[in-house]
Amino acid sequence: MKRLSGFYLLAALVVLLPIIFPDNYYVTVVGVTALLHAILAVGLNLLMGYAGQISLGHAAFFGIGAYTSAILTTRYGWDPWAAIVVGIALTGSIAFLVSRPILRLKGHYLAMATLGLGIIANIVLVQAGDFTGGPDGLGDIPTLSLFGWALDTDLRWYWVMGATMLGTVWIALNIIDSRSGRALRALHGSEVAAEMMGINTTATKTGVFVLAALTASLAGSLFSHQQSFISPDSFSFFFSIELVTMVVLGGMASTYGAVFGAVVLTFLPELLVVFEDFEVMIFGAILMLMMIFLPQGIFVGLQTPFRRRLTRRESPIADTPGE
Amino acid sequence: MTTMKLLEVEELTKSFGGVTAIAGLSFDVPPGNVYSVIGPNGAGKTTLFNMLSGIYQPDEGAIRFQSNDIVGIQPHQVAALGVSRTFQNLQMFFNMSVLDNVMVGCHLRTRTGLLSAALRLPGVKREERESREWARQALAMCSLDRYIGHEAGSLPYGVLKRLEIARALAVQPKLLLMDEPAAGLNDTETMEMQALIRRICEAGITVLLVEHNMGLVMQVSDRILVLDYGSRLAEGTPTEIQKDRKVVEAYLGGEVKYAM
Repeated sequence: MKRLSGFYLLAALVVLLPIIFPDNYYVTVVGVTALLHAILAVGLNLLMGYAGQISLGHAAFFGIGAYTSAILTTRYGWDPWAAIVVGIALTGSIAFLVSRPILRLKGHYLAMATLGLGIIANIVLVQAGDFTGGPDGLGDIPTLSLFGWALDTDLRWYWVMGATMLGTVWIALNIIDSRSGRALRALHGSEVAAEMMGINTTATKTGVFVLAALTASLAGSLFSHQQSFISPDSFSFFFSIELVTMVVLGGMASTYGAVFGAVVLTFLPELLVVFEDFEVMIFGAILMLMMIFLPQGIFVGLQTPFRRRLTRRESPIADTPGE
Repeated sequence: MTTMKLLEVEELTKSFGGVTAIAGLSFDVPPGNVYSVIGPNGAGKTTLFNMLSGIYQPDEGAIRFQSNDIVGIQPHQVAALGVSRTFQNLQMFFNMSVLDNVMVGCHLRTRTGLLSAALRLPGVKREERESREWARQALAMCSLDRYIGHEAGSLPYGVLKRLEIARALAVQPKLLLMDEPAAGLNDTETMEMQALIRRICEAGITVLLVEHNMGLVMQVSDRILVLDYGSRLAEGTPTEIQKDRKVVEAYLGGEVKYAM
């Protein structure tokens, strides 16, 4: 099937990497983080890239998922899988409740509101010490096990994270290429025209906002169980910005672009370990340079001329539009 | 109902701040017609369209489409009743391909929800195929077949004007509101547009047209409503309008002369 050829390529890459490079730090340790970031970026890209609704507070939903899992398993002895499901339900409900007032806003106003949401969530994590452990964080979070197969090695986590990432990408591709996906893109293109085509834009925005939040929540729970220790630092405003940078770097409105951006921005700090103190500055600079020189993103930006050449070859009359 | 009416507008009023854009306007659009609304700039034509499509809410008055009161409902609900429109300033989805643009028009004719789309359930593929076919038909009707694989953002203005119509036709509306479809078109394109409007009407879709090109309006319309300062100056067939003294004085500046 032509529609999913990119997906099969990506799946092959995910499967082959740990086989070709077994026990490689960059595959099974940094790689797992890259896969986690890819899940988050693909979800955020549905909201930001396709539907055109910016969110500067996405780390909040990642945090709610992570902390729900951590608190329920460490403090109340819940089964991790049940905790994940509850986390997703809780995050979805919160996202649904805040989406109504927030998504009435557009552009800068929406950016400010989501920014506020992210900051509020982070303050709650720090201040509600009795539950969250405050700034010291929460430790001893149990790992997951699949039918008695405990995820106790880096490689096992790689497989689970890889499968989840591929599942997320598959779902995102399916949505984009459907009636719902076209509604999202139409909303981005012209809200008033989308309404006139019979699209309930309010419901569509709410739907994609909740969907992105659910994805972030699932990623948060996995992160919690994989790390076995979490603290509010991982869910700060800077992480929200990092996620936005991933989406922008790869290319807005490209699912593969979001994966690409996530992978690049996960490996970059590893390779530039000497510049650790400047990490946030480097992300800021990347975001600025991208907006000035390649606003459609690296992945999409490099792919467009290539694709144009392909279509040109297929249809010779295609290049003489109108008179 | 003694006379057939598709759209009834009754005592419609809308003001913005102190400015009254539409003042107590009433008119009926019979089905199967090309019904044109003309008037100088600022006469309230676009305001009228925005109220008919649910984008603005009137201060007073009633709008009935096939006897359904459409005041107070959302644009997507108006669309679901069978009203579609094009815009004076293009409202294309420039981030999408030509085919996808028109496929958005098939939104109301299909059912796939977020969940079945996400999991690509069996019915989805069939619906996609149907939508694609409907979109092709709408594109063919607007003579846009050759642009099917293009990105909307790469097309010239005249083509985009027709693409917007194709998208509106994919909704399968009963009433199509066209806001200045010939604005900015050259003579050849205007002739094509005129033929297209007639074709749409012959396909059984009632057309409500706002247009400044008088030649086109006189040729294509069954009835014409003349607006001045938000109220009705005259209404009738093109011949009646051309002879109407009030219209000639107020709108055409005293000289009756129409360009073909």
